[in-house]
Parts: sequence; structure tokens; C-alpha cells
Amino acid sequence: MSDDLRDQALRGALLERTDLWNAAAERARRLMTGHAKDIADATRMVDDYRLLAHDLARARRLMPNSRAREFLEAAYAQAHTTLHRPVAHIGYALWSLFRDQIPEAIRWLRPHILWVSLLFIVSIFVGGWMVHTYPDLIALFASPDLIATVERGELWTDGMLNVVPSSVLSVQILTNNIVVSLFAYCAGFLFGLGTFYIVGLNGMMLGAIFMFCRQHGMDDELLQFIVAHGCVELSVMVLSGAAGAAVGEALIRPTTMRRAQSFQIAAIRTSKVLGACVVLLIGCGFIEGYVSPDPDFPFWARVVIGVSYWLFMVSLLRGYPLGRSRSDAPIEA
Amino acid sequence: MAHAADSLVVDSVTGVDVSLEVAGTGARSLAFLIDLLIRTILVTAWYVVATLVYNGKFSLQTPDDPDGTWYLYVATPATLIYLLYHTVLEIAMRGRTPGKRMAGIRIVARNGSSPGIAAQLVRNVFRLIDSFPVGYGVGLFTCLVTRDHVRVGDLAAGTLMIYENRNTLSTRSLPAASNDRRLDIATMELVGELLERWGTLEPRARVRLARSLIERVTGASPDASADEASLHAQLERLASPARAQGARS
Repeated sequence: MSDDLRDQALRGALLERTDLWNAAAERARRLMTGHAKDIADATRMVDDYRLLAHDLARARRLMPNSRAREFLEAAYAQAHTTLHRPVAHIGYALWSLFRDQIPEAIRWLRPHILWVSLLFIVSIFVGGWMVHTYPDLIALFASPDLIATVERGELWTDGMLNVVPSSVLSVQILTNNIVVSLFAYCAGFLFGLGTFYIVGLNGMMLGAIFMFCRQHGMDDELLQFIVAHGCVELSVMVLSGAAGAAVGEALIRPTTMRRAQSFQIAAIRTSKVLGACVVLLIGCGFIEGYVSPDPDFPFWARVVIGVSYWLFMVSLLRGYPLGRSRSDAPIEA
Repeated sequence: MAHAADSLVVDSVTGVDVSLEVAGTGARSLAFLIDLLIRTILVTAWYVVATLVYNGKFSLQTPDDPDGTWYLYVATPATLIYLLYHTVLEIAMRGRTPGKRMAGIRIVARNGSSPGIAAQLVRNVFRLIDSFPVGYGVGLFTCLVTRDHVRVGDLAAGTLMIYENRNTLSTRSLPAASNDRRLDIATMELVGELLERWGTLEPRARVRLARSLIERVTGASPDASADEASLHAQLERLASPARAQGARS
């Protein structure tokens, strides 16, 4: 039999399977949206995948410019996507995220957390020193309204609840905090410089405003306002900064052959920490809206709330609330 | 994993690689604009309805001193719809949004699978960078200069956009097997395509095409008196002789 005749026969045999291809494409489409008739229907997809691969390989050789090959390419790609789609159990994904993945990411981020904490603390001192030495520099860090309010002997947070209801205040604050955290993380894309800028600037602002209040004898009031929500809020700022720094480091010192791949690995790995940050900032927003501006809360109660919430944060980041225990083997990063 | 021009070739366990056609900047921009339009319509609709209910009269005036209820039922949901539109829909629709569906594209991971939830979230968080300085400037620039036409969010999440090939998959003009030696695969496909489009073509055009095709296959012009129905039947027999025989018997 000549090659031509053999190919003709093979083409004919191939085209007799168009009904099978249609069925396979239809099944792939249906299973992609999660509507399997039964388990056998789902497992048949594996056979379809093999069938499409086999026929596509032949079609590529025997009829490379045909619509049949185009159909097979598309059906095969769809079957591939359907078979390789990740499991989508939201409940299990969240449980696994908070129990295992976040503790793993935190463990991996420990050096970054240490360095960013150091940067934040140094920035606080630098901001305080600047305003202590050159009081006029407060204009760099605070708005004219805020400066005028403190100079009148009042804190800008006084009477905040008379202006805006707690619920609205909470939502505004938590939205703002989440956006700042996300920015601190994403800015790591600029080789970490953006993250350092945001963390450093926030640290300097905090130090400068504290020093400015101290110069006007209002540092105690400011501490009283901050302590309930600040313990966690500032820690979260450091966490998201550390995540951003890790992304930046992945670009500066790639751990794989390609910089883009290293960036992608770091971004996916550290993004899990952002999940915890968002959850914690929602709590901070409510404390800042309902507790911090309310003068009825005594200082000791604020300290208890702040420290308790911070301890909760630490246990959350170690996965304890979801059943992880100290005796569990540490996850290798 | 390898790249041909504008396509991503992924290894598979079968040994036959999967070829995915990478979507270009134009298709991505079209999808984004459609989604932007849908988002705007949704937000406006919510705002209008919620404000009417809040005001209790036919007035869209925002209150001078909005209270918690206004923020809770009017402003916050509208903001959430706008900000979370892509994130929620891409996760729920496995890498698609209505805009992407209409533009015929979807998001995939670099191994050709649907991206996981973490990748989808990272992709959307990095919109903060892509949207700089205005009108998705950074995202548009990176789409134009990168090989796979990806924005920063895609680089971070390890994703890219591909064409869905929905039209290819919806085709019904796949040729059936034929023992007729006169029919090569290209001709059989042409016959199938003509039959598929029969109803949408002008009568004179389809008669002309049918005559030309039949002449090419059989080597003789069809009878001059043959009407549309007989030409259609003749094409049916050519496209699927086995089925046509079955129908006759």
C-alpha cells in the first residue's frame, strides 16, 4: 500500500471518530462548570483526554491545515484545563490557609519581619528626633488642621464620635488600613523600594506626631487613643511590609533561573499573609471605630483589649485557633 | 513549556503538547472595557435603587448629612460591587468575567489549568500597581512590551490570557468519514461549511457555491434545472454518504 493510500485510509478512520470528539468536547465543557452526571461520567473524561491526544497527534501529521485539527486542538486544550483545574472547596481552602499555609509563610518571612520591624522602629525614632530638634518639621508629616487642633490643646480624635457614627468610622478606617497594607505589599514590586518608602514614611509620621503631642503635653491622650487598636494595626503594617520586602528581594536576588519566576513564587507565597492581614485589620477597624474614640473606656480596658487582640494575632499567625499545636512539626519553608 | 509566536505550548502527561493561543492587548482591552461598562451599570443601578428606597420618595439627592444607614445600604455595597467585581467573578467563573466571555478570552495558569484562588487574588491585588498612574497605564505598557501580553498582576500570579476557541468548538461542519476517493479533506470541510451556512447565505450565492463545489468533486456540472433543494441534498450525500444512505433506506 502506498503512503498516499495509507494516509487516506488513516484520515478516513480518524474522521469516523468525530462523534466521539464532539462527546468529549461536550463532556469537558460540562465538567468545567462542575456538572458531572455521575462519577463514571467524570472518570470518562480521562479516557476522552487520551482519545483526543491520540487523534490530535495524528491530525497534526495527516491534516495539519484542516478544521478537524483546529477542533481537536481546542477540544484537547479544554479537556486539559478541565482535568487540571484545582479543587474548589472554599471551606477547606480557608481552613488550610489559616491552619498551615499562613504559619508556613510567616516562618519563611521571619527575617523580613525582623528587618522591617527594625526599619519601622528606627523610622519612629527618626521622625520623633526630627520634630524634637526642628519643631517646624511637623508640617511635613501632619495637616495644618491637625497641627492647629493640637496647638489648641485638643486631640483631633476628641469628639470624633459626635461627627461620624462608629459603624461608618469603622468601615472608613478599615478600608483605609487595608488599602495601605495592600499598597505596602504591592510596592515591593519596585525592587522593595516602594515598601521601604511606605513603611519608613508611616514610622516617621507616627514618631513625629507622637513627639509633637508630647511637646504640647498630650502624649498620654494619644497613647490612650492608640493602644487598643495600634498593637495589631502597627504589627499588620510590618507584616504586609515584610511580605512586600520578600517580593522585592525575589526580584533583586532571584532564587530561580528566571527573575519573573522568582517574583511569582514570592508573590504567591507571601500573598497568604495578606489574607491574615485583612482579617486582622477588620477587627482593628471595629476597635478603632467603637473603642478608641469612646472616652467611657478606661485606660486599663484599652490595654487589655490591645494586648489580647495582639496575642490573638500571634496565635492566628501560628495556626493555633484552627487546631495547630506547638507539638506539630514545624513546616519546612 | 515553550512558546511559538503568540502561543503557549504546554507539556502534558499524554506526550502530546497542548497549544494555547495567547490573547493580545486588543482582546484584553476590549474585555476590560466591557467589564468596566457592566460594572458601571451595576453600581449605578444599585445606587439609584438604594437611594430611592433610602429617601422614600422619587429623589436621587444624596443626604447633606448621611447617616450610618446610608453608608451601610447605599455607599458601601456600591463601592464593594465596583472594587470586587473582577475578584469575585474571576474566582466564581473560573478565570472568566462577562467581558472576557464576550471577548472570547479567559485566564489560565502557565501550565494551562485554571488558576487557583491564591493566584486569582494576587492577580487582582496587583491591579493597584497596574492602574498607575491613570487608565491602567502600567498594565497597558507591560501588556505591550511583554512576550505573553501580560500585566504586572499576571506576572505576579503566573497567569496569562488565552483565546477560548469557542467558535471552533461550536462548529458542526466537521467532515464525516468518506470512502469517496475524489474527496480530499479540504473539500469535505468546504462542503460541511457550506451546509452549515446554507440558511444564512443569499439564495443565489448558495446555489452558485453549491454548483461550483459539486462540479469540483464530481468533475461534471450539475443539471442546469437542479433546484436549491436537490443541490442541498446532493451536498448532504457528499458530506456524509453513510448517513445519507441510511436516511434513504
